[in-house]
Amino acid sequence: MTMLDVRNVTKQFGSLVAVSNVSMQVATGELRAIIGPNGAGKTTFFNMISGFFAPTKGDIVFDGAVVTKMAVTERVAMGMARTFQITEIFPELTVRENIRIGVESSQGLRQRFWVGSEKRATVNRGIEEALTLSGLTSQADRLVGELSHGDQRAAEIATALTLKPRLLLLDEPTAGMGEHETYAVANLIRRLHKQSAYTIVLIEHDMRVVFNLADKITVLGEGKMLAEGTPAEIADNPIVQEAYLGKAE
Amino acid sequence: MSTTTVTVTTAATAQPRPWLTTAIIWALLLTVPLWLPMLGGYTALAGRVLVLGLAAMSFNLLLGFTGVMSFGHAAYFGLGAYGAGLTLKYLTASTPLAIVAGVLLGGLAGTLFGPLIVRRRGVYFAMVTVAFGQIAFYVAYSWDSLTGGYDGLRGFSRAPLDLGFITVDITNNATTFYYFLLIVFGIATGLQALLLASPFGRTLVAIRENERRARFLGIPIERHIWMSFSISCAFTALAGALYALLNNFADPMGLHYSLSGEIVIMTVMGGMRAFWGPLVGAALFVVLQDYISSMTVNWMSFVGLIFVLVVLFFPRGLLGMLQKGTGK
Repeated sequence: MTMLDVRNVTKQFGSLVAVSNVSMQVATGELRAIIGPNGAGKTTFFNMISGFFAPTKGDIVFDGAVVTKMAVTERVAMGMARTFQITEIFPELTVRENIRIGVESSQGLRQRFWVGSEKRATVNRGIEEALTLSGLTSQADRLVGELSHGDQRAAEIATALTLKPRLLLLDEPTAGMGEHETYAVANLIRRLHKQSAYTIVLIEHDMRVVFNLADKITVLGEGKMLAEGTPAEIADNPIVQEAYLGKAE
Repeated sequence: MSTTTVTVTTAATAQPRPWLTTAIIWALLLTVPLWLPMLGGYTALAGRVLVLGLAAMSFNLLLGFTGVMSFGHAAYFGLGAYGAGLTLKYLTASTPLAIVAGVLLGGLAGTLFGPLIVRRRGVYFAMVTVAFGQIAFYVAYSWDSLTGGYDGLRGFSRAPLDLGFITVDITNNATTFYYFLLIVFGIATGLQALLLASPFGRTLVAIRENERRARFLGIPIERHIWMSFSISCAFTALAGALYALLNNFADPMGLHYSLSGEIVIMTVMGGMRAFWGPLVGAALFVVLQDYISSMTVNWMSFVGLIFVLVVLFFPRGLLGMLQKGTGK
């Protein structure tokens, strides 16, 4: 079954065509990586999927519904969650409070002035689950702003996970991380994918992460789709090697 | 009430030992008539602290806990005052109804005005709130026949409280009236504490901390800022209504942007991230005003100087600094 169906989307900013006629289909349970050199339009592409802005042309179908022009909060309600290239969290709150806000929002309590003890217990269970899943239990009561870069990123992912998303969008989850942190975040993503069967689309620069994790890879270059396939196919693709991987050698 | 406050401050701002602050503040407030005269103060001064403190705490729901800066909160304070005054003068000699009318007038004005500004941020938000405040000011200033214009609204006075089984005279006895103010203040701040400890309250802090993250967690930012603004305006109007009862008077200066500025000063001076911070700021402001204005008409320059010093040396405000200093 297809979870995300992007149909011929184009995004123009004035005369600049950031993304041109790109399509992509992501199956339920798939982990898709989007790669491409700087300026390839990856983040623009991501922003259209998550609802940051609407495409100039084309359509986005999520879980069977056309969401092309839907507001962010509506997409979130349908089960879309994302993280950002530069971590977006609540820095002066603790990890637990960050996660609590997500859990309460996803349980539809965000406009409640009062919650009963039963509901409160459900919320607390959700918080503990997210803490365990992200491996942050021991850091739960520290301010997120004081955590290491890698743990902040894990906290952001954990907060996004509280929405129980049917589609998780990760924009460069290992950006700016050292060896050790990259490994930890890559492991977290692998767990989410393999053990919890999340459908994940991620943008990533670290090729080891991409080729180890992804089921399929979409390659963008200068706003256009260059190739799509399994990691093995992409590694052998001459166009990709020339346009992207070739540059590194 | 103290228990709810404790949960708020821990949940919302992770302050050390906030229950201690709450306990000290309530101990001081409850015993005002005992110790204030010994320091040379008078009970009406404490009433002013409560009223302006409530205005600043209500304003701080928006600034400190939602991260949105309004520079026109005097408008709702003044509308509350006129709502209460006009009710007593023209409609009915009932203190509770006067308060309700003031809250409704200020709260509704804020609720109707809110949708026009919730998409603005920062300085633009602040400027539009100033503009609306000045409109309210000029209406009160020019509508002589209803509001008394520049001279203010006179000819009303608070009525004794009829509780059914007993009538409480809050008209002459300053101490009785102080405790009346304190009860209303306690109910209002208790509700504010509950609000901040609720899931809705946490979404406000989320908006303050990171709007983008909040939106991507499914929180409709504009609607929540609107709700926060309306609630903040209604509580500010309550403070305004109490102010009219305190003075038996309402005047256009109660709507003027200079009062909006004073509310900001009290809040920042006391500490906008601390629940009780604005009350501490209001106490300092009112006492300084009373003390220095007896010596010079330029009292505001001295208050300004102290404000600058506080902001420079205690950027978290007086209470924020004290709590940080003693808590850990």
